[in-house]
Amino acid sequence: MLKENVRSDCFFEIEPTNSGGIKLELKSKVAMLYGKSIKEQVEEMCMLFKLKNADILLEDFGAPPFVIAARFESAVKKIFPEGKEEFLLPFNKKNLYSSSKDKLRRSRLYLPGNEPKFLLNAGLHKPDGIILDLEDSVAPPEKAAARILVRNALRSVDFYDSERMVRINQLPLGLEDLEFVIPQNVHVILIPKCESADQIVEVDDQIKRIRHENNIKNEVYLMPIIESALGVIKAYEIASSVKNICALTIGLEDYTADIGTQRTLEGKESFFARSIIVNAAKAAGIQAIDTVYSDVADMEGLKQSVIEAKSLGFEGKGCIHPRQIPVIHRYFEPAPEEIEKAKKIVLAFEDAELKGLGVVSIGTKMIDAPVVKRAQRTIHQAVLNNLLDEDWKEK
Amino acid sequence: MKLIKNAAGRLVPFVVNGQRQIPFKGVNKYKPDGVKAKPKISSCKDYPEDGNKVVRNLKEALKKAGIKNGMTISTHHHLRDGDALTNYLFDIVHELGIKNIRWFPSASFPVHEHLIKYLEDGTIHHIEGSMNGPLGRFTSEGKMKGVGVLRSHGGRYQAVQDGEAHIDIAVIAAPTADSFGNANGVTGKSASGLIGFALVDSEYAGKVIVVTDNLVPFPCVPWQIQGNNVDYVVQVDSLGDSTKIVSGTTEVTKSPDRLLIAEYVAQFIDEAGIMKNGFSFQAGSGGTNLAFVLYLKERMKAKGIKARFVRGGSTKYLVQLLEEGLTDYILDGQTFDLEGVRSMRENPNHVNTSPFISYNFHGKGNFASMVDVAVLGATEVDVKFNANVVSHSDGYLLHGIGGWQNCLYSKCSILAIPSFRDRIPVIIDEVTTLCGPGELVDVVVTERGIAINPLRKDLIKSMAKSSLPIKSIKEISDEVYSICGKPTKPKYDLSKVVAIVKWVDGTVLDSVFKLKSK
Repeated sequence: MLKENVRSDCFFEIEPTNSGGIKLELKSKVAMLYGKSIKEQVEEMCMLFKLKNADILLEDFGAPPFVIAARFESAVKKIFPEGKEEFLLPFNKKNLYSSSKDKLRRSRLYLPGNEPKFLLNAGLHKPDGIILDLEDSVAPPEKAAARILVRNALRSVDFYDSERMVRINQLPLGLEDLEFVIPQNVHVILIPKCESADQIVEVDDQIKRIRHENNIKNEVYLMPIIESALGVIKAYEIASSVKNICALTIGLEDYTADIGTQRTLEGKESFFARSIIVNAAKAAGIQAIDTVYSDVADMEGLKQSVIEAKSLGFEGKGCIHPRQIPVIHRYFEPAPEEIEKAKKIVLAFEDAELKGLGVVSIGTKMIDAPVVKRAQRTIHQAVLNNLLDEDWKEK
Repeated sequence: MKLIKNAAGRLVPFVVNGQRQIPFKGVNKYKPDGVKAKPKISSCKDYPEDGNKVVRNLKEALKKAGIKNGMTISTHHHLRDGDALTNYLFDIVHELGIKNIRWFPSASFPVHEHLIKYLEDGTIHHIEGSMNGPLGRFTSEGKMKGVGVLRSHGGRYQAVQDGEAHIDIAVIAAPTADSFGNANGVTGKSASGLIGFALVDSEYAGKVIVVTDNLVPFPCVPWQIQGNNVDYVVQVDSLGDSTKIVSGTTEVTKSPDRLLIAEYVAQFIDEAGIMKNGFSFQAGSGGTNLAFVLYLKERMKAKGIKARFVRGGSTKYLVQLLEEGLTDYILDGQTFDLEGVRSMRENPNHVNTSPFISYNFHGKGNFASMVDVAVLGATEVDVKFNANVVSHSDGYLLHGIGGWQNCLYSKCSILAIPSFRDRIPVIIDEVTTLCGPGELVDVVVTERGIAINPLRKDLIKSMAKSSLPIKSIKEISDEVYSICGKPTKPKYDLSKVVAIVKWVDGTVLDSVFKLKSK
């Protein structure tokens, strides 16, 4: 790794010795400001991990304490793989908020799980959800370090009310990931490459067990990701496998590879799969969420892609760069004229109900039941998007 | 060294490099009397009638100018990090065996690390201007023989005009000049836009040497520097590395966090009612400030609003505003990219200004206070809105003041800064070095929230319903400390002042102390 690009991270080299106590060599660009506190933290960690004699080299690039802790723990566990101790900094009280099954999930921002520099400010961009990714963005040799870093981040980093999500690895490795993250008030687990209901049940059982063992009260929702032809065919079975699935989504890179084609801008090749996802999700009473838009420089393309996704029935989209978030929010939310029309229809419907009329009408125009249902959904979306007060009828 | 607490509560010396100093008295409290510096009267009869002042080389010019020990020699930073002339100049000064020079640049750059050996061997006694990068480090470690003096661009003009600093020999790097000494910066292979920083030197220095790598027959127009003030002209092959002359922080940031700050700034200016027809603004260089111009432009276009003038440092982004009719004028202090140079050369509404016009505090009015909003940077801001631009929290000098102090006088000064950088807090309890008193800092925009100075009740009122994350500055600093931890303060040797920071009126605002070794 090029050291010039390293920020908010650090590297430990630990060499256990037979005597002489702990010798720490600290190379840090913030040594003058934080040298003392870094040394104290290292001493505290040595105590917990019962490390009495060692030569320790710490090369620091402005890593915050939770990163220093994660990197130290990873280094110790490389030497003593059987050790069970965890060095946990206090749980940030700002991270105790909860989520709900039908929460707005327009945007979800993927963050590579082993890259500290993206973690600290991600929530400032106000995505609906933040995904700490343990899967594709983490190289295999870094998987163990990423788990520890993600666990610490969930405890320490303020995500400013974004829904707290983790994408675990493909099973069975993903089952081990759960041990690290479920006790840290995680709201949603994304399960990659789903192809059967059994996989979801397996994850759900594991979560139940961990919640029980740790006496965790908050609900953990699941978001299966369909990424293969078989997954698409089994979409409804997956979507309805357990009750705490909140959404179904699709990963198109793997899917297009699986069906032997490539992603195009136009997206004809994935139209069938995406429609299946929407249908399966709606049939199961959950949200349908679209894939990521991967060209971060093309905001116009993103906008068109959001408009298209919304028209297909999707309620959200993945993103890989914070600048995509405002565009996604803006084009998923109902347009002002949509809201105005929906308000009229809902009021007319309630008026008709009150008067005991069998038929809803505005002026001379009759309104069918599905139109009323759609209007009610638009109003619900408008309220969730803060475009309409909940008590709009009184105003 | 005897120190006194000034009106800002900072310890400052009475005497610096043998010169009496006036401690800072408070914002707008100090009014000088007396007369300006008086340059010696010249007679045209002492100069060639054919106007040809070209001498063989710089060494000869320095000799003719009567260079001797202890003199003040000035240079300018128009060539920025591409400047080769200043290094060459001091190679000659050293060769001549001259000692104890006061170097009086308008700014220094990393390229001037070359001069450290001359600071060490006594060729240069001390620097008055700015001490950037390696020179700042050298100064902070107490290695400079004299005490460094940091001044703003306006303060530099003021100091020379008021007779606080007399320049013996001015060496002006001119991208184009004629043999009479008329010079400009808009043409030639080293074109840097304008050379306004050298104006005061040409007016007040004992001897003025113009050095050019593009000598043209008389007349050199426009004559940003007038030959009537010039003693000698020297022709050289090259003034420096033209690729670095126009360089540095002139690209829009790609950092999502910086872009967020820039977007907040634009939204603030719009919602506070500052962005209206006929308004004016200034943006410093640096990626965040450039991005802010783009976001503001979108808002101006959407609302059909046009500015009367914008202040440069100009870049292609300001030039686009001018060419798209979104501003009537660019009033430019320096050009940061080639588009700026081109525009200044071609467009009469892209006007060059000098620090006298833009910033000099001891003049009959102050452009800086006529600007509606200035968007600036800072290395630190404290919970009293006091701000620092010259040093970092580790105590090392790193940057110059530039026009920053002067711009604080705009009707709304906004500091657009990250709340911390790589675990180094920027929003803090108390600034390491005071460069701008808090009462002149109106708004601080960070990625974690926007703090409005409680003194600006008008702004607080107009932003009451904004969707922006308006917070108290204390809330932001608390959050920063909760992320980074509270740093240990650097340890100083309080018996050794290594540099002083001047306020725009020539008084001493703060001291920089020698750092104790780790």
